[in-house]
Amino acid sequence: MIRTINVSKSFGGRKVLDKISMTVEEGEIFGLLGPSGAGKTTLIRILTGQLAFEEGEAAVMGRNVRELKGKDKKQFGIMMDDFGLYERLTCFQNLKVFADIYGVSSERIHEVLAEVKLTDAETREASKLSKGMRERLRLARALLHQPKVLFLDEPTSGLDPQTANEIHEMILKRKEAGCIVFLTTHNMTEAEKLCDHLVLLNEGHIVEYGAPRELCLRYDHQKRIEVVTTDGETKEWPFGEESAAGIAELMRSGSLLTIHSKEPTLETVFMELTGRRLEV
Amino acid sequence: MNNARAVFKKQMLDTRKNKAVLIQFVLFPIMTIVMTLLVKMDDMPEYYFLKLFSVMYLSMAPITSMSAIISEEKEKGTLRALMMSDVSGVSYLLGVGLYDFFACMMCTVLMSRVCGLEGDVWRDYLWIMAMGFLISIVLGAAIGVISKNQMAATSMAVPAMCVFSFLPMIAQFNSTVAKIAKFFFTEQIYLALNSEKSVKMDIEGFSITMANIILIFGFFLIAFKKEGLEKA
Repeated sequence: MIRTINVSKSFGGRKVLDKISMTVEEGEIFGLLGPSGAGKTTLIRILTGQLAFEEGEAAVMGRNVRELKGKDKKQFGIMMDDFGLYERLTCFQNLKVFADIYGVSSERIHEVLAEVKLTDAETREASKLSKGMRERLRLARALLHQPKVLFLDEPTSGLDPQTANEIHEMILKRKEAGCIVFLTTHNMTEAEKLCDHLVLLNEGHIVEYGAPRELCLRYDHQKRIEVVTTDGETKEWPFGEESAAGIAELMRSGSLLTIHSKEPTLETVFMELTGRRLEV
Repeated sequence: MNNARAVFKKQMLDTRKNKAVLIQFVLFPIMTIVMTLLVKMDDMPEYYFLKLFSVMYLSMAPITSMSAIISEEKEKGTLRALMMSDVSGVSYLLGVGLYDFFACMMCTVLMSRVCGLEGDVWRDYLWIMAMGFLISIVLGAAIGVISKNQMAATSMAVPAMCVFSFLPMIAQFNSTVAKIAKFFFTEQIYLALNSEKSVKMDIEGFSITMANIILIFGFFLIAFKKEGLEKA
């Protein structure tokens, strides 16, 4: 379990996290969704013991993060953009360095490389990998010792959709294995697809918390239905008897092509709450 | 100790492909061997090139390689990944430092054997070189610890390296410089290597070298306490 109570952090007098409180349960994927500069990476740094903070309390797996020891950190898998790779070493050698530290066998290295689909690149130097492959190697390093908590900072940022999907599958597999996955993203599709719960973070404040679907429904003020007719016309109707009659008529006449309720997306929820776009 | 061993192994693998560091280890030994084998003159002192290049080697290779390795790991973020995998700053420095020492000593053993050193003289030579490597490694580590990136490390390592390696050479031609140089461990090692008919460090030389060790260790401890590798 991960728990924070009123965690605050400032850099040079500027508050980057303000009274952050949240709980992440065992075996769930928890997302921090917010634009660049919202404080997502800072929170990961705090939770992994990399950064001190002024106020509040934070605990991971029952351990106060201010007192994390080496043994505690060995239970974490961390994938962050600034956790570099050994460019001159091969994929296998990169993982071997950490396998020796974690006391993990070479078989496990082959296994995790297969899991991230890098078996063919095992003997290729990290400097010769594509961006997507590098990200998969970073993920392999985070997964190597089968951690209980996985911290992923923008794991698919800048990747092509196929590689992003592959990484999503690996993250979901970790969840199935009972791992807590704590990820940051500014990609609402990723958050909707992966997260059991998420917080919307803006300028260091939590602006909303909940399951993605639940959040979208909570902010569905307009409650409208969109229909597309066979002649290509798109119509929007509010929920109500009049609309029901209109839709029924379209169905009777056979001119209804598609019908969808129009809940807001996480992007529109975020915009409503903050006046900002997510992907900035 | 297990983590230090892992760092040592990593460094062994990495150095094979890191030409910038590899050249630091092999340049002077190769020069020494080549010059010794090729240049033969009647009035040339015994082990001339070995003694000439040994002090340069011990004051250049460990300082530049240690600072380059540490600062590169800081710059590329691999050090951060190691620190978050339960590798402490001490284990890391021990792993890299032992590797550096091992690499330098291996090359020193090779070049001194090829140059014909043997017996007690060889043993004393290796002891003195080992002491010099140790001091330079600690100095290189201190520079690596306080440098944020490779460029900053180079800009500090090069002047330090120049001072420690060239002072003994300049001291031979300038008595004023010699008066200053005698307070540096490299000058004392140079004098010890060039003792008549043997390799011997006198009490004064030993005391000055010990004082250098204390000062450089002190500098390292202050740097390590202030900057620390965990903050990388």
